[in-house]
Amino acid sequence: MYSLVTQAIKTCLLLHLMYWLCPALGAATLEVCPDGCAYSSIQQAVDAAAAGDSLLIKPGIYREHLILIDKPLSILGQEGAVVDGQYQGEIFRIRANDVSLSGLEIRHVGTSYTEDQAGIRVEKSKNCQIFNNKLSDTFFGIYLAHASNCEIRNNQVIGKAEKEISSGNAIHLWYCKEITVKDNLAKHHRDGIYLEFVENSHILHNVSEDNLRYGLHFMFSDYDDYLHNTFRRNGAGVAVMFSRHIRMQHNRFEENWGPSAYGLLLKEIYDSEITSNVFRKNTVAIYAESATRIRIAQNDFLQNGWAMKMLGSSMDNTITQNNFISNSFDLATDSRRNHNQYEANYWSEYAGYDLDKDGTGDVPYRPVKLYAFIVGESPATIILLRCLLMDLLNYAEKVMPVLTPQTLLDERPRMKPYPRNQSFNP
Amino acid sequence: MTRILTYSCYDLLRSRWSYAYFLFYLITTLALLYFSSDLSKAIISLMNIVLILSPLIGTMLGAMYSYNSREFVELLLAQPIRRRDIFLGQYLGLAGSLSLSFALGMGIPFLIYGVQVSAEVWNFATLLFSGVMLTFIFSGLAFWIAMKQEDKTRGFGTAILLWLFLAIVYDGIFLLALILFEAWPLEKFALAASLFNPIDLSRILIMLKLDISALLGYTGAVFQQFAGSTRGMFICVLSLLAWAALPVAGFLYSCKRKDF
Amino acid sequence: MIRFEHIHKSFGKQEVLKDIELHIPAGGLTALLGPNGSGKTTLVKSLLGLVIPQQGHIYFEGKPIAGKWDYRRHIGYLPQIARFPENLRVHELIRMIQDIRSEQGRPDELIALFELNPFLNARLRNLSGGTRQKVNLLLTLMFDTPLIVLDEPTVGLDPVALVQLKNLISQEKERGKTLLLCSHIMSVVEELADDVIFLLEGRIHFHGSLQSLLQEQGETRLEHAIARVLKPDFHLQRMES
Repeated sequence: MYSLVTQAIKTCLLLHLMYWLCPALGAATLEVCPDGCAYSSIQQAVDAAAAGDSLLIKPGIYREHLILIDKPLSILGQEGAVVDGQYQGEIFRIRANDVSLSGLEIRHVGTSYTEDQAGIRVEKSKNCQIFNNKLSDTFFGIYLAHASNCEIRNNQVIGKAEKEISSGNAIHLWYCKEITVKDNLAKHHRDGIYLEFVENSHILHNVSEDNLRYGLHFMFSDYDDYLHNTFRRNGAGVAVMFSRHIRMQHNRFEENWGPSAYGLLLKEIYDSEITSNVFRKNTVAIYAESATRIRIAQNDFLQNGWAMKMLGSSMDNTITQNNFISNSFDLATDSRRNHNQYEANYWSEYAGYDLDKDGTGDVPYRPVKLYAFIVGESPATIILLRCLLMDLLNYAEKVMPVLTPQTLLDERPRMKPYPRNQSFNP
Repeated sequence: MTRILTYSCYDLLRSRWSYAYFLFYLITTLALLYFSSDLSKAIISLMNIVLILSPLIGTMLGAMYSYNSREFVELLLAQPIRRRDIFLGQYLGLAGSLSLSFALGMGIPFLIYGVQVSAEVWNFATLLFSGVMLTFIFSGLAFWIAMKQEDKTRGFGTAILLWLFLAIVYDGIFLLALILFEAWPLEKFALAASLFNPIDLSRILIMLKLDISALLGYTGAVFQQFAGSTRGMFICVLSLLAWAALPVAGFLYSCKRKDF
Repeated sequence: MIRFEHIHKSFGKQEVLKDIELHIPAGGLTALLGPNGSGKTTLVKSLLGLVIPQQGHIYFEGKPIAGKWDYRRHIGYLPQIARFPENLRVHELIRMIQDIRSEQGRPDELIALFELNPFLNARLRNLSGGTRQKVNLLLTLMFDTPLIVLDEPTVGLDPVALVQLKNLISQEKERGKTLLLCSHIMSVVEELADDVIFLLEGRIHFHGSLQSLLQEQGETRLEHAIARVLKPDFHLQRMES
């Protein structure tokens, strides 16, 4: 608390200092408005401004596209300042360091099958700040290529995606470093937030929902983390592919439903951490293919179709201290061998006993049911979920495992769920 | 008819069976809620019990009641009253009182545990609805069998076999078919086959609430449409109602030409 | 009052009623006699619509009964075996029948007559056979119906109740009711019957007044007359023995 206050005071002081100092350094504020100001177009003002100047965009509709910002500028939109691209092409293109862009409503970028047109594009720049903007119907929303040390904060990016092939991503990062994406809302795009070749970046407190493909998509990106985000009703919540050293904590993955829908899709990912997340009502909460040395701990898996699908190619993962509650299937796997460690989780399906009262069940739990195996082989049998016959078959298999992996056991299943700080039902 | 219904209900609600059935559900539900202390988990466990027991009890008591009330029916038949009304009244009295035992036995503990203000209230309602529908369907089927089969032992045998078939054998055949013809497009077959078994139908109705996440994992356009919208639920409810109407229509038709 | 026209009834292969033609006029007591399996109960039941004949028509007070139910308001029927909803109490059963017929009848009079007062609160499953039969009689006779059909009314009755029943039947006769009685007890029939119908293997072998039956067969006892109908050489046999 104390540090927050001091930090706020410091920031305040710094801002005031800059405000008083800047004019002294010769920086000017250029006002833009549809009528009666010195400039009626943003591009004119940008062209006229000197490096370090500020642009104040007054309320009104500016029908412009391809606004090129090639010098350090601070562009601030007032409430009601709208930039309408009229489907002519890209709107802002930033090709300079130290640019800040905020408070604008940006809309109507045309769909293109050949170019990744965006509402705001940042190219080969450092230290950019993009915040408090509202982007709607902009094909790609905020697109950073070869950028570093940028902050994308508190933007609303809402698209109109209908098909994957003709839609863009809300926030798209490509070959970037040290980017912070925070408090944004990404909705109705192909991917909510997309990262390819992005390092040392932080994705925090964002809400990504109703996107066609993924809420958050990592490709070839290492040493990143994403914390406290919510991924809801996307084709899949988060896909992490070909990446290493990713930290995934305190996120919510909810209602990602469909034939190939996952809360979290892991593919070729190494040395990462998935902790303290909540997976609720996803078709598959975690799907892991060739995932290695991942620690999956302290997560809550609630009412998912499959809590985990762990393919045989995944190895040396640790699954511990999670709560598995009321999932249709706790675990499915395609292999009869087990190379992962399951230990000390709570499984609501567990029917064992605890005679020595140490909170740990005295008989091991087998998370893979025969029926999960049958459904894996012939998916149409899902229609027989929870019928008496299946219960009997599951029981027989439990007593004498034939088809399910014999060594896949939780030797120390918990009798009671682990208490968590966050509530289960928001 | 309402008079017969009232008296049948009255008669049955005083019988040991109603109490036993009520107490069974009361104790089982209380125990499940106490030990799981989680509503959704208790609903899943109860679902397995309801899907087996409601049809079984409906069948057994339906047959028993029909056979035991033969002479009473004769007494009634000699009164100025329509045949149809007697049997309909008796059937509704039986199914109604069983449903009441079931609904109270299962409902009271859930209400104590606050289901009405929880997120599970619709899952619970679906389970309750399914249980009641199964009671009506299977006691109706038993009435029909008893109407067609004069011999009590044979009638009971037929009723039990029917229950056994629908509760387990049907699913076995279904499972084998799904595995053997895996290469074929099976989704329509799978959905259609479920409609022809009221137990499967109730199970799917509950699953559309409880296990929707898993059901939507199946690739298939028809299946997606079925599970992904309210259409599936609508079809299930309608089919269950049709299932409830079928045995009633059956025994009312056979009662017209039956000798007593 | 009652007319049977060409009634045929068979259960499976077994023909129970074969072309029954019968007219029972209003008033008086008609006894329906015949050995076991001769079709007495079936005939009575078909009158009540409990059994549905394959052929023929039955008229009650001039109207066909097929598919009708309201005419039963005018019939009091005592079935051969009485069984009731076992969990009901006697007074509840009485109320129920009153309720169904929407008529009060005269239960109190009959309760007193059959001394059923101590049993009114008992559940039917706890009653003895005789008491059940009394309840059965009560239910049949408590309404003021122009036709009374009694199928083996004397079963299980103690001698006192039997006498009371006979008195009751006589009273009803005197009040101008039509009675139809199936019985094995010949003394009852001899005492009360005006007309006799003798049924054998689904056919009517005799229908006429009790007097004419006795005269025709040259017997003074009904039992013997019946035996002669059954076996015309009965008298001979008796002489020889």
